[in-house]
Amino acid sequence: MRRQIEGARGVAESVAACRPQVVCAYPITPQTHIVEGLGVLVGTGALAGCEFVNVESEFAAMSVAIGASAAGARAYTATASQGLLFMSEALYNASGLGLPVVMTVANRAIGAPINIWNDHSDAMSQRDSGWIQLYAETSQEAIDLHVQAFRLAEEMSVPVMVCMDGFVLTHAFEPLEVPSQEDVDAFLPPFTPRQVLDPAEPVSIGAMVGPEAFTEVRYLAFHRQREALGRIPEIAADFAAAFGRDSGGLLHTYRCEDAQTIVLAMGSVLGTLKDTVDALRDEGIPIGVVGLTSFRPFPMAAVRAAVGGARTLIVLERAFSVGVGGIVSADVHMAVAGLDQRHHTVIAGLGGRPVTRVSLRRMLLDAEAGRLEPLTFLDLDRDLIDRELARVRARPRSGPAAENILRDVGVVGARPH
Amino acid sequence: MSTAPAAKRKPTDYKSDLKPIWCPGCGDFGVLASLYRAFAELDLDPAKTVVVSGIGCSSRLPGFVSTYGFHSLHGRPLPVAMGVKLANPDLNVIAVGGDGDGFAIGAGHFPHAARRNIDITYLVMDNEIYGLTKGQVSPTSLTDQKAPSTPWGNLETPLNTLAFAVASGASFVARGASFNTKLLTELIVQAMEHKGFSYIDAMSPCVVFNNHQEEWKELVTDVSPDHDAADKVAAFDLALKGGFKLGILYREQRATLNDKYKALVEAAKDSNVEQMLEAFNARKGAAIGKPTV
Repeated sequence: MRRQIEGARGVAESVAACRPQVVCAYPITPQTHIVEGLGVLVGTGALAGCEFVNVESEFAAMSVAIGASAAGARAYTATASQGLLFMSEALYNASGLGLPVVMTVANRAIGAPINIWNDHSDAMSQRDSGWIQLYAETSQEAIDLHVQAFRLAEEMSVPVMVCMDGFVLTHAFEPLEVPSQEDVDAFLPPFTPRQVLDPAEPVSIGAMVGPEAFTEVRYLAFHRQREALGRIPEIAADFAAAFGRDSGGLLHTYRCEDAQTIVLAMGSVLGTLKDTVDALRDEGIPIGVVGLTSFRPFPMAAVRAAVGGARTLIVLERAFSVGVGGIVSADVHMAVAGLDQRHHTVIAGLGGRPVTRVSLRRMLLDAEAGRLEPLTFLDLDRDLIDRELARVRARPRSGPAAENILRDVGVVGARPH
Repeated sequence: MSTAPAAKRKPTDYKSDLKPIWCPGCGDFGVLASLYRAFAELDLDPAKTVVVSGIGCSSRLPGFVSTYGFHSLHGRPLPVAMGVKLANPDLNVIAVGGDGDGFAIGAGHFPHAARRNIDITYLVMDNEIYGLTKGQVSPTSLTDQKAPSTPWGNLETPLNTLAFAVASGASFVARGASFNTKLLTELIVQAMEHKGFSYIDAMSPCVVFNNHQEEWKELVTDVSPDHDAADKVAAFDLALKGGFKLGILYREQRATLNDKYKALVEAAKDSNVEQMLEAFNARKGAAIGKPTV
C-alpha cells in the first residue's frame, strides 16, 4: 500500500522491516530523520529485538556497529557528510574485516566551506574504503535498495552503503510503498555470520598481518566485490519477482537504443535529466541516459555495453576530484577505453545548487554543437571567480575566500577589519 | 584596526553586521550579550581577539562578534584554539560551543587542553540537548529524558562537566547562566583575565527542544561566599554535589603551556652542551611516579 510519507521515514520503515538487531544513532543533517524514525519504531515496539544505541560521534557509531556485527548481530547506522568522513578509519576496518554492516548515507557536501546541502562529495571520498556503494535515484528505490543491501552484505560478508540524495530524497514527501514484514522476511533470511565472537567457538578478529599475507587478504576484499558484481543484478531480479519493482541492479538505461549522445549520472538528478532528454527527443535529438546504481563495485562491462554505441559520452557528476576533475568519469573512461567516442565531464549541483532543465538543455545542446569543453562546471559564475582571483592578485592577505565571495553575493554584510 | 580608539570600547562595538539566527528566546542571546559586555569591560582589541567555535547552534556565535572568528569542525574548537594560541600567544583566544560539540564528539580534547593549561577560555553553552539537529539527547541530558533518539527515555547518566573540568586539571572552573548576564559577564571577564585554561559552563536553555528556563531560574543559587575556590577538594565536592551553583568553583595559578614553552626556549638560549649534559645526568635515576595535580 502506497502512503504519502517522507523519504527518510520510508527508509526507516524499510530498515525496520529488515529486523536490524543494533542501530547506532548520531544526529547529522540530513540523515537524522532516518534514525529518529527507527527510534520511534523501537519505542513503540514495532521494531522488536533491536538495541537502539545513542553514541557520542559517528566514529563511535561505526565502531559500535563493527562490534555488534562481530558479535553476530545485524547492524545498521546512517550518516552524511562530515559524519562519514569522521568514521572513515572505522569504514576501512569494517570492510577489511568483512563485517556486513549496512549504512545509509544521506549525501551531502563536505566542508570547508560548511554546507548542509546535497552533492556526492561525502560518499565519493570513501570510494576506495572497500564498501559496496549503491546510489538510489528515487526515495522508492532507496527503500527497496536497503532490503537488497542487507541480503547482499550478508551473503558476501561485505559492508554496503546505500546512498540517497540529502533533502531531495530524504526530506521529500511522496507516495511510497514500504515492503511488508512478511515479504521482507521471505526475501531476507536471518543473518548467518561468516565469523562471529561466539564463546562456544572462540576466535579472535583483527589480527595484524605483515607483508607475508597482506596482499592476499586485501585481494580477497577485491575478489568479494567482483563476486558482488554478479550477485547485485541477481538480487535485483529476485526483488523484482518478489515485490514487482525494478529497483537496484548495476545500472539502468533510458532511451539509449539509437542514442548518439549518452549522459551517465547517479542519484536523483536522473529524473531531471530524463525530463530534459524527453524534450530534446521530441525535437529529434537522439540522446539517452544511463543511471548508474552500483558505483562500487564498478560494472566495467555493463557500462561499456550500455554506452558503447554512442558517439558522445557525457558523465554528469555531483562531486569532483580537485586537481583532476571527474571521479566517476575516470572509471567510465576505463570502461570505454579504445572506443571512438568524444568524452565530456560535467560537474553539477555542488552543495545543493539546483541542476535545472534549462541548464541541462543548454549543456546538451552545446555538446550536440561541439561546443562543450572536456571538463565543464555547470552554471559556474565566472564573474565571482574572477573577482576573487583579482583580490588575491591585489593583496597578499586577501582574506578567506568564502567570506569574500559571500560578501560579493550579498549574503553576508560583515565588514572586514 | 591600525590605531586603537582613545575611548574605551562599548559592548555594541563587538557586534558584527550579522544578525544572530537563533530562535527567539534562545539562551545563547544572553551568553552573547554577556560576551559583548565582558569584551567591552576588558576593552579587548578586536584585532587581537579570536573566537573559535565548533558546530552547532551556539557555534554560530563567532559570526556575530566583530573580532576574528573561526567556525571549525564539529567538536574541534579546542585544538584549533590551541593552535591559534601557540602560534600567536599575544592573541586573546576564546573557544565556544555547545555540550554536544564539547562533550560528545569533541570530548577527547577537553582533558588535554585542561591539563596542559593552555591559556585560553572555553565557554560552553550547555542546553542539555542537540538543538541544531532538533532535539536529540546529548551527554548532559538528564537520565530518563525522552527525545526522538531515546525511545524509552535516556538510559545514560549525564556527564558532570564541572567535575570533569576540575578532575582534568582546568585551572579555572565556573558556572554561569544565560539568564544572569551580570554574573556571566563577570565570569567571562575573570576567566579571560585568568592565566591558564579557564572553563565556564553557561547554562543556556534551548527554548524549543529542551526548555528548562523557568525551572533553572528557580533552582540556581550563588556559590557560597565561604567557598574557598583555591581548595581543589572543596571545588570537586561542590561540583559533585550540586548542578545549580553559579560562580567560580575553582581557581589556581600554575604555569601555562605557553609559559613553559617560553621558559624552555629561554633556558635553551643560555645553555650549552655541558650544562645540558649535567642537567640530564642530574635527572638520571630520579624516582618516576604519578604526578600529583
